[in-house]
Parts: sequence; structure tokens; C-alpha cells
Amino acid sequence: MRYAMVIDTLKCVGCSDCVVACQTENNVPQGYCRDWVTESVNGVYPSIVLELKSERCNHCSNAPCVRCCPTGASHTVAGGIVMVTADECIGCGACIESCPYDARFQHPEGHVDKCTFCHHRTAKGQLPACVSVCPTKCMYFGDLDDPTSQVSKLLKSRTHKVLAPEAGTKPHVYYLT
Amino acid sequence: MNILNSDFLKKLKNKNKLMDNSRRSFIKISALGASGVALSATAFGSIGQNPLLENNLLAKSAKNLNRTATYCEVCFWKCAAWAYTDEDNNIQKIIGNDTDPHCFGRLCPRGTGGVGMFTDTDRLKTPLIRVKNEGKDDTFREASWEEALTLVASKMQGIKDRYGAESMALLKHGSPGSHLEHLFKAYGSDTIAEPAYAQCRGPREAGFGLTYGSWVGSPEPTDIRDTKCLVLIGAHIGENMHNTQVQEMSDAIDNGATIITVDPRFSTAASKSKHWLAIKPSTDIALLLSWMHVLIYEDIYNKAYVEQYGHGFDKLKKHVKNFTPEWAYGITTIKPEDIRKTARAMAAAAPSAIVHPGRHVSWYGDDTQRERAIAILNGLLGSWGNRGGFYFKEKIKVPQFPHPPYPYPQWGWQQIGEKYPFAEMGITSEVIKASIPDADQKHPIKGWFVAGTNLTSAVPQREMIEKAIDALEFIVVMDTMPMDITGYADVILPECTYLERYDGIRSATNREPSIALRMPAVKPKYDSKPAWWMSKQIGEKLGLGDYFKYDDFKEVIAWQLEKMGTSLEEMEKVGVKTFKRKSGPMFLEKGQPYEFPTNSGKIEFYSDELASKGFDPMPVYTSHQHPDKGFYRLNYGRSPMHTFSRTINNPNLSDLMDENKLWVNPKVARIEGLRNNQEVWLENQDGVISSFSIKVRVTERIRWDSVYMYHGFGHNNKKLSRAFGKGINDTQLITKVTVDPIMGGTGMRGNFVKFITENPNKETLV
Repeated sequence: MRYAMVIDTLKCVGCSDCVVACQTENNVPQGYCRDWVTESVNGVYPSIVLELKSERCNHCSNAPCVRCCPTGASHTVAGGIVMVTADECIGCGACIESCPYDARFQHPEGHVDKCTFCHHRTAKGQLPACVSVCPTKCMYFGDLDDPTSQVSKLLKSRTHKVLAPEAGTKPHVYYLT
Repeated sequence: MNILNSDFLKKLKNKNKLMDNSRRSFIKISALGASGVALSATAFGSIGQNPLLENNLLAKSAKNLNRTATYCEVCFWKCAAWAYTDEDNNIQKIIGNDTDPHCFGRLCPRGTGGVGMFTDTDRLKTPLIRVKNEGKDDTFREASWEEALTLVASKMQGIKDRYGAESMALLKHGSPGSHLEHLFKAYGSDTIAEPAYAQCRGPREAGFGLTYGSWVGSPEPTDIRDTKCLVLIGAHIGENMHNTQVQEMSDAIDNGATIITVDPRFSTAASKSKHWLAIKPSTDIALLLSWMHVLIYEDIYNKAYVEQYGHGFDKLKKHVKNFTPEWAYGITTIKPEDIRKTARAMAAAAPSAIVHPGRHVSWYGDDTQRERAIAILNGLLGSWGNRGGFYFKEKIKVPQFPHPPYPYPQWGWQQIGEKYPFAEMGITSEVIKASIPDADQKHPIKGWFVAGTNLTSAVPQREMIEKAIDALEFIVVMDTMPMDITGYADVILPECTYLERYDGIRSATNREPSIALRMPAVKPKYDSKPAWWMSKQIGEKLGLGDYFKYDDFKEVIAWQLEKMGTSLEEMEKVGVKTFKRKSGPMFLEKGQPYEFPTNSGKIEFYSDELASKGFDPMPVYTSHQHPDKGFYRLNYGRSPMHTFSRTINNPNLSDLMDENKLWVNPKVARIEGLRNNQEVWLENQDGVISSFSIKVRVTERIRWDSVYMYHGFGHNNKKLSRAFGKGINDTQLITKVTVDPIMGGTGMRGNFVKFITENPNKETLV
């Protein structure tokens, strides 16, 4: 099993619903976020291209955050989800530095926090909160090892990209373009 | 050029800021050397090993959550949802109801963040009464409900005795408004208005009403999910988060529909469009007329449909003869080939094409005529009553809880707006005008009850509003938050949020009629109360107890639900109930005889009704004012995470966006010497200067003759701790309006601003 998220940039409107849904689902303290939206504008009026996308931890196969963690708090669980065990985390911040996606932050309670692909939900067969709330239905979640899954099919049929491929982290959040 | 510049990026910046702090502490610890590291490791270890911390985290996710049926009140879309509460009666989250045709289980960011309305500690907490202080500024003092409501009732009675109940006006928005409407009608006043009409969607209801005999209504009966071509005239679906519209636009993208967006700004919708027509502001009617010209003179309009259902087509054909794309090019700056290409794309998709009516459409004062042009264009495509166009909507009637008949008022909103023959609802701006004493005033207004609408952000011409307020004998404001308008009140009534109260059954027009229940998920916080309770208390104090024969509004809902063939018990379990259509199919069969509810029984390309009142029977283009040198047209719109001014202080939503920015084209920035994030103040054509500053956002997404900002920011009330003084209130700078002579709409897009780079308010601040 290899969990992945696929996000269709052609449908995303950048409303940030994924951000609020994550905050309320995961008790993320105000002023912090596990996912966020970026906007990039290219071109000159009136030939402009706009790309909006929802970003988060990429749950990399080759995760620098897991490698550099001195206590083993950052680790990978079944399905390739990168997790942080709060009571093993010493808050040293090495993982925050190592992440090319700026996906991690220090929780006010001391430990490092980030997206879990809503592990507590997916374990029960539910979709991550961000995916289930998205009003444009631009986000998909599933198993890449299953060729019949929606995410596998989308990556087969559509052009796509990952963020910072040059970092060699083998990320698992894909963007349809 | 790659400009990475976004309000949404604030989140990322926040996070970076927080990470900077953690980096600093990390360096500090390593600088202490080996023993320091050991010490710090112990220090962190004590947190890491804190069993309470881990248990707390586990407990949070393991808590048993109860769910309560509600429908959202953060905007007018009213999506049905479940409010999840924990054992301590905290609302943890709000999730859309899967079976609701308004949201299909997916709320928008505002609905998801609706919990912030409940948790906001800046909420109004207790009734307040104005205190006049000799020689000093007025203040508010806390009051009991008994005292506050007795005062409201006695003031209302006084106005009724001296001038008649008609002189007390209700200005409202949303669910609380319907409870007060009942109180007002019982009291004898039909002087009722809401900014949602003349300051928003009134022109489209008039325009479509005159053409099809039917309002567009809300939610709009647009079959976007099955359309092959969606045309947006300034409508910014995706930035306005009208839920099902956004969802269906996404479906349309999946289905490969052609989207055409007409907007001087590269809106989010424009970025999803095959064709973006970057029109010169205020020239839309010229484009619409030239599209009609192409459809008719290239012979690609829906002939069978027009022949069967149209009235006055020959006159229309003659009317648009000279409105060629070349003619429109000179006005709109849109190239003739682009006008032809897009008209042909619509024709190829017809009748599965939608020229969207839009929602906030009170722009230039000829808005009913522009909406008529949109309606006519849809008629030429045959989209009304066809799949992928507009469906025949249906709603279910909620039976009226028994009460004595309302008294018949001598005058009301209709007489106040009588200058505007096609106004079908109260015109808020006319009610405000009628509140300013005048020698030959026929309909004097002496008191206001304001509920759920922040007038100073919703209605332009602040000076006029303040003049009216100065003259009024009494103002009572009901709201959940200390909005700017509460600062003008004599009495403030703190309403509890939608999560803490019963309200009327939601029944809305849709593909299939549906109803939704709202019940309290938690008890009202502080000393706040529901609007139905306040209406009943005031009613009883006015001797109108017979109109409120229930102890709890729950009884009314239960009675109504029984009559509708369901029950409160069932609705508590399901939240939403959908009923079978009774009015027939959603779409016309090919060639099906159909009588439109217009005078001619047909779609009125030519309007005898308009002609009889001296208006143009078919839309014409008239030139509007353009900005003088050094000035830019002030454009405004919606941000996806906020509803007007009411959500800006919501902790969850202000976390996403707490200020608006001023979009400025890079060419303009160069000429004016502006840089990104520079703070500027704005002065409009009438010399009105913004109270606060706004940060510049240099972006290619806006035309060089305009600037743009999100609406609803720049709050003036210090009690809104997150919203006060952040950004500019666009409405403050809208001092010039062009009134639509047909239905009284206030056109607001003819205001021009220039930049001020030095703080003009400095002296008053010191």
C-alpha cells in the first residue's frame, strides 16, 4: 500500500477550505496550519496563467525529516505516511530545517507537527478532512499500489508534476496540470 | 515573470515566522555546548515524556462527538450541516450534510469556519443601552433583557402612537429577519427592506422577471453541471463561494465545458476559462448587444426555440442590426474576432449554454437593462428550460403557523419606492432617504430596527446614512457581533449564533424541493438570545401576544413539519428531506407547448411593459463615465473565505485573511511609484479619504484603468479586535451612486480613487 494525494490545479479555486477543515479536524492551534494554499501568476496582462494549489507534507518515500530525526519521533508507517510521535519529539527542529516543502512547524506544546494524511480517519476508511470538504472536488486520495484506484488512474491519464523534484525526496502529493 | 504573491500566502509566512522562532531557539541551545544540549534535551524530554500531554492529544481525537442538525448562516446559501459537539459542549467541527442539494456534504471555508462565529470572544454578550453624557461622548451601559426589550417596545409604541407603525422601518438580512418581519407585520408596519435587493441582486430579478416572467431567485436555477458553455459577466464563481455553483463549475470543467469570462480582472474563474475577455469596465451591454448581432446575423441562434417561445424577435433583429463586433470593439476594447469566436462557441453549445445572471449586479445604474440583455441572449440560445441551461426550479411551501390576520398598513416599502415602477422589494436606500426629514415628505420614517445587516458596509453613501441616523428618534440593532452599525444604536440586542438556536425551516428552490432543520447544538453563550425569542418578547410587550402563541419556536417547527408529512423527530435524525417534484419535469420536451408567466405568455425580447412606463423596450448601450487622469476605477468583489463584513473578525476566517489588499497593475505601480505591500490611503472623486490604509498588491491580474479590493474589510469598531482598522472599507469610498430608474438599484461601480502615500489622518490620530 502506498498512499498518495492527487490535486487538480485546473479545478482548485484557492478558497482555503482545506486549511480550515484541517484546523477543525485536527485541533490545529489558531495561527498555525498543516496545509496552505499558494498562488502563482505568470505572464503579462491580458495573457496570464494562474495556478492555485493546496500544499502540505508530501509524505516522501525518501523523507529527509525521518532520516535526520535524532529520536526516531519522525517515522514512516504503513502506506508510506510520515508521522511524528509527539512524546518522542524533543522539538530540536532538525526536521523543520530539512523539509524542502516547509511542511513542518513547532506546535505551541513543544513537539513538531504536520499533516498526517488524516491517519486517524484513513485508518477508518474515511478520506482526509481536506479531501472530503473540498467544494471543487479537486483533491483525490488513495493507494498508488492499486492500479484501479482513482489516484492511479488520474496519474496515468493526466499530465502531472510534484513539487521540488530536484530535492530527490520522492514526494507523494501530485498536481494535475 | 513569475510573481508569487498572494493573500493566502500569509499562512505560509505565518508559519515561516513561527519556524524562524524555533530556529533561533535551536541555535541558542546548540551554542550552549555539550552540557547545554544535555540540559535542553532533559528540558524537552520532560515535555516529551509528559504523559498528560500525550493523553490530552489522544483524548481529543477519541472524544465521543454528538451531531446536531443545522443549516449554515454564514451566508445566504444556507447549506445544511451537522454541528459536532464534544462532552464539554464545545463545538468541534461543522461538516456538510451529504444529502443536502445545497452542499452535498461539502461546506465552503466559511461554513467550515462557522464555528468561529460561536467561539469569537468579541461577541455581543449582553443587551446594551446608550447613555448620553453631558458634554462628553455617548457610552453604552449593560442592561437586563427586561429593561432593554421594554425600552424597545415603548419606543416602538411611541412611534406608532405619534406617526403610525409605518414610520418604524425594519432593515434586515438572513434568518433573524423573518422573525422580525412577523413582529413588524403584526405591529402594523410593512416598511421592510434588505440591502440584498437594491444593493445586490435586484436588477437581475427585474431583468429576468421582465423577460421570462420569473425571478432568477436563490439558489440560481442554472444547470451548470450539465452545461457545455458557461458565460460569466463579471460573476466570479470560485471567489464567491456560492456552494453548489462552485461545485457545479468544477463538474463543468471535468466535463470539458467551454467557460467564457468577461471581466476587467483576471478572476479565478477567468483562469479556468477558455476565453477571457478583458473588457473595459462599464461597457458590458455593448458586448452583449454585439453577441446578439452575431447570433442573429450569422443565423446561428436557436430558431425553433425563438419562433415557438419568443415575443418581438423581429424588433430585436432590427434593433441589433448595427451593433456589429466592430462597433463593440471601439467601446469594449474586445477584438471583433474574439466576439465572433465566443458567440459561435455559445451557439455551438446551445441550448446547453448559460449566460449567467450574476448575483451582485448593481453596478452602473442601467443594470436591469444589462440583465435584460443577458436574459435575451439566453433566449436566443434557448437555454431557459433546457438541460445545461436553466432548469424549472421548485420549492415546497412551509405552512404558516396560525395567527390572527396582520393589520393593513397605510403605506410601506412599495409607496416609499413608488418612483421605481418595477421594484418588487423594499429599496433600502429609499428607506434611508425617507428617514431624513423633508418638508414635503409623504412617508416619514422615525425609527429603525436593524437586524443582521451592517448597513455602513452594505449600503453606499455613508453621509446620507449618518444624516438619517442623526434625525431618527430611535435605532435598535440586533446582531451577534459589535458590527460598525451597532455603534449608532440606542439599544443593542445580542443575538445568539445560528449554532445556538432554532430558526425557520429552510425551504429553497432547487431541482427537487428540499427542507432543512436548524436546531441548537449548544446553549446560547453569554447572555445572548435567539431572534424568535426577542420578537416574541417585544410582541407581547406591544400587546401582540396572539401572534406568538408558543413558548418555544420548536413548537412552530414541529407543527409545520407534521403538516408537511414529516416530524421534528425525523428531521433531527436526517437534517434534510427532499421531496418529489410536483410541478412537472425540469426541462421542456422538444417543441412542448409552454406558456411563460409574462404578459405575452412568451419570452419578451421586446418588452411592452417597459415601453409603457417610458423605458427602452430593448436594451441599449449608454456610455458611462471613465476615470480622469490620476484616478482609477474602484472595483470590489468577494473573497472566498469571507461573507461581506460579517466574518472578518471570525477567528477561524481572519486566520486565513485578516486584511484586504489593493490590486494594482504593474504599469500603474510604475507610474505611481508604488511597490508591493506599501501602505496607501485612497481618496475618491468626491474628496472622501479612507479611514485606514491598505497594502498594495502589484499584480498583472487587474486592468490598468482599475484597482480592486475584496469587500467587507476596514472595520471601524475597536470592539472587533481582529478586524478593526485592517484594510479599507470599499463602501466608504462609494459616495456616488447611479440609481437604476427601473427598480431603484444603486449602481456602485462609478467611483474613482487616487493614491495617497503619506498618512492623511495623522493629525487626528496624534
